[in-house]
Amino acid sequence: MTGAPILQLRDIHKRFGTVQALTGAGLIARAGEVHALLGENGAGKSTLMHVASGMVAPDAGEILIDGAPRRLRSPRDARAAGIGMVHQHFTSIPALTVAENIALFAGWAVRPRELAVRVTALAERLNLPLDPVARAGTLPVALLQRLEIVKALAADARVLLLDEPTGVLAPAEADELLARARAFAQSGGAVVLITHKLDEALRGADRVTVLRRGRVVLEQAVVGLGSRELTQAMLGDATLVDEPAPAAHASDDAPRRVHVAGLEVARESGLGMAVRQVSLGIRAGEIVAVAGIEGSGQRELLRAIAGVLPVFRGTREVTQPLAFVPEDRTTEGLIPELSVTENVVLGLGRPASWVKRGRLDWKAARQRTAEMLSEFEVRSAGPEAPAASLSGGNQQKLIIARALERAPAVIVAENPTRGLDVQATRAVHDRLRDAAGRGVAVLLYSSDLDEVMMLGQRIAVMARGTLSEAPAHASRAEIGALMLAGRAG
Amino acid sequence: MMLDAGVVDGFLSASVRVATPLLLAALGEMLAERGGVINLGVEGAMLCGALAAALGAASGGAWTGLAASGVAGLALATIFALAAIGARADQIISGTATTLLAVGLTGAVYQAVFGSAGAGLSLPTLVPVPIPGLADVPVIGPSFFNQPVTTYLALVAVPLCWWFLFRTRTGLALRAVGESPEHARAAGVAARWLQFAATVTGGAFAGLAGGTLVLAQVGTFAERMTAGRGFIAIAIVVLGRWHPVGVLGAALLFGAATALQFVFQAMGLAVPYQLFLMLPYVLTLLLLAGLVGGVKAPAALGRAAE
Amino acid sequence: MKRPRVVPLLLSLASLGAGLAVLAVFFSVLGYDPVLALGAMVRGAFGSWYAFASGTLVRAIPLMLIALGFTVGLRAGVLNIGGEGQFYAGAVAAAWIGLKLGAWPGFAATTAVLAVAVVAGACWVAVPAWLRLRFGVLEVISTLLLNFVAEALVSYMVQGPLQESQHIYPQSDQLPLAARMPVFPGTRLHLGILLALSCSMIAWYVFRRTMTGFELRAVGRGPRAARVTGGLRVQRLGAMALLVSGALAGLAGGTEVSGVSYALYPNLSPGYGFTAIAVALLARQSPMGIVLSAILFGALEAGAGAMQRDAGVPAVAVYVAEAVTIIAVLLADALSSRRRDMVTA
Repeated sequence: MTGAPILQLRDIHKRFGTVQALTGAGLIARAGEVHALLGENGAGKSTLMHVASGMVAPDAGEILIDGAPRRLRSPRDARAAGIGMVHQHFTSIPALTVAENIALFAGWAVRPRELAVRVTALAERLNLPLDPVARAGTLPVALLQRLEIVKALAADARVLLLDEPTGVLAPAEADELLARARAFAQSGGAVVLITHKLDEALRGADRVTVLRRGRVVLEQAVVGLGSRELTQAMLGDATLVDEPAPAAHASDDAPRRVHVAGLEVARESGLGMAVRQVSLGIRAGEIVAVAGIEGSGQRELLRAIAGVLPVFRGTREVTQPLAFVPEDRTTEGLIPELSVTENVVLGLGRPASWVKRGRLDWKAARQRTAEMLSEFEVRSAGPEAPAASLSGGNQQKLIIARALERAPAVIVAENPTRGLDVQATRAVHDRLRDAAGRGVAVLLYSSDLDEVMMLGQRIAVMARGTLSEAPAHASRAEIGALMLAGRAG
Repeated sequence: MMLDAGVVDGFLSASVRVATPLLLAALGEMLAERGGVINLGVEGAMLCGALAAALGAASGGAWTGLAASGVAGLALATIFALAAIGARADQIISGTATTLLAVGLTGAVYQAVFGSAGAGLSLPTLVPVPIPGLADVPVIGPSFFNQPVTTYLALVAVPLCWWFLFRTRTGLALRAVGESPEHARAAGVAARWLQFAATVTGGAFAGLAGGTLVLAQVGTFAERMTAGRGFIAIAIVVLGRWHPVGVLGAALLFGAATALQFVFQAMGLAVPYQLFLMLPYVLTLLLLAGLVGGVKAPAALGRAAE
Repeated sequence: MKRPRVVPLLLSLASLGAGLAVLAVFFSVLGYDPVLALGAMVRGAFGSWYAFASGTLVRAIPLMLIALGFTVGLRAGVLNIGGEGQFYAGAVAAAWIGLKLGAWPGFAATTAVLAVAVVAGACWVAVPAWLRLRFGVLEVISTLLLNFVAEALVSYMVQGPLQESQHIYPQSDQLPLAARMPVFPGTRLHLGILLALSCSMIAWYVFRRTMTGFELRAVGRGPRAARVTGGLRVQRLGAMALLVSGALAGLAGGTEVSGVSYALYPNLSPGYGFTAIAVALLARQSPMGIVLSAILFGALEAGAGAMQRDAGVPAVAVYVAEAVTIIAVLLADALSSRRRDMVTA
């Protein structure tokens, strides 16, 4: 019952600064079909969908609606063309009511009684009931997402783009959502389901497109496909084979640097626990790499161990000094408008050699920073250059250099190479391995399974707030299975 | 002690009279703040409105003066908006500078036109216009319905602002901008244009407030005659929880607090009236702290929209 | 830290020039001779040692102190626009304690007066600081509101507990000689100038040579990175900066009462709290810049009086120059930061 293509994206290229997000990617959404767009974090899924929804202008490529080329200059253009997008991060305004949020999006009149009738009618037609007078900020997540879908469909959309819609839902809610998407397709629309979850694609979609590093690596009907083929397509064969394989474990009598037991950490939103009953020990010289689907609690676990988030319950013993490498370089790792030296001073704090009884010797700080820059091959206009003037890779090298400058017993790093090119990635990996070789205990997580497998002497998997250790020499598929543990399907 | 009816009437009408310019200015500021713009230039816009009213009234009568006051307020708010919204400069500092500018402009122009002594200028004023029937209602009649036309203007502006904010598409879009310019833009709203429009409209309201002060209350202009009323209007917006009806109530409260001192003087009481002057500010602070019910400012207040 | 410092200096000078140019045009429009007016202003501010010391410098003292306070706050990312209120809190406290200390030896009495003013200014801003820490109340609004409470307090004091003994005028009695700061011979310039200069020097040292000064800056520029990477207590440092800021404004109130007015009046400050914002902005957070810029604005205000006296030009017009200067600084910064954004985007 698959019909004609409604939306076609052809040979789309997009570059953000130094990162090539899309290299000739494409997608065809047909009437009556649920199409899954699969890929790991950073594979280019969201960028491709932003192109389709008019939020990002492609550098090159073609967008066709009903077979005719079309330029989408703004979200409004896309909506007029019948494309409705549900973002991973909700765009409803908490202080406004459900009806007001819909009216704002669809440009409807605001007289409450008529609006409520209209919204109720729309919601009923779509079979997505909502209370029109409830404030968006008071809705539970599942209803908030429903509001997003109703908003996207209010302007009679024929293509519905769902960006990672189930990440925030409980399994039963996720099933319900997939059923609704199916119903929408059966009524003649096209659905694109963006996800990194294999089971969802296999269960909920008719066709699947897999992106890896900005390119389409697979495009076919779901029938006959298994999770093995999809995993292989998503993750690829190890692409950085020239890196050394993980060294053997540190010896069992090396001193323990990190020890947590029965650890519980609250979500950053304050609602519920992100980490439940996690126990983990790391010895000097070990690299422990954590894998997990985004939002499984790995971020909170690492931050609690690093002392950035408070521990709710359990024991936490960490040998100091500890260096933390946050994922977000430009808001947490560095202050971009301050100079390189100032950022080094910030990271090393009062114990640094250039601070004596509260007095700061800038000359000494500058000298040491200059040495660090050359030791770590950080390309910059010198210690006085603003951190913002460094490329992403050099910013990260600076952050790693600064972390090592503390002579840490423990390094905790979040996605240490996200957004970096191959060479910078390699440099960061080498530094982390060197550090471990010199007896530092390293704990990291990465959204990139390749990275986890390349760096981790021990690999642990976080799923739904609990941590399990993968057996030595576990395969990609085994780790993937652990990542999905506790998830529906 | 019994209060005689004359004192009550006097107190109530004084409250409403004092509240009128505060209400006008606060409604205007509320529009801007609903769009996420905090304009500390209201004080200056009021002052410009007051001088323009005096100049206009001296040359073309009270109504000309009133019209001029609105235009003057709008003009000053445009300067603020160009800096704070156009160039995305800090709103607080831009607003402070705009007020300073108005103090200088009005003071100098006034002295240049009327001489440095600023000889007692006598202007045509807006006289109380009793509304037939309503003006005779006991207690509230004389205070609310036997007032100059600007009071009625301010009272009518309350439901109008309410209608605009809560019953029109543009009002909804403005509120959305004040909560989240990014999300409003994703919905296709021209965020900065709306902020600009709301801010300069608010400036016109503040100008009218200054005009009211001159034409319906004092009958003349004096340097710095607004004496902080524009800043009070900002407090009123907070106390009124960014809602037109709340703003009306808060403006009347401030009016009453000021009018109380007249009552005490009339009654020869030695209660320090300054305590009543402080009260509304203290109340506003408590409200901000969430001690008096919950209150939510527009989430993006004071943050420049990209 | 070495930075290109010529460009900001030029921008500041250009902004000030823009302010004066607009003022000159404004004068022409009003029918005054701008050359005559500005000439009278310059003579009034710099024409003689007496004029410079007793007019310009005396006015520069409170401006310098309040602007330093504003800058300490701004550095940590808090906007204290309640300098006027904290000034009055300091002035009330200074008058109150000063009137009781007639029997003390002079040095002790003045020291006590100023110390109490500092504490009063800090206490006055402690309310916004606490509200910010505890409830996240924007300090901009709370400090602004407290200005009016402070003015009402002064009004109450001079008609109530601190009213002069005749109970006629709304002002306090004159401070006993012991509580007055000494003046430089032949001028009205009081020792407060040394205090203000020392405070500027201390601020300069703290900002540029100490870890605390750097931490304030980090908290102001990148609060998240300051917390996650620097391990700093962002909110607490902000509140601390606010307290220091209030203390300096309180000190300004104290020096004004103890060095200039010798009594508490309702309109003691001709808007020092707001002019100081212009002073601080023009100086771009540099304490030594504040010294210069406070003297410039002091000259503007002192010269304005002379301009009114000698050329018959309204003194109040100088606020136009001040306002245009602030706006020009803001625009220059906004435009240059946008250019920076474009480079790094």
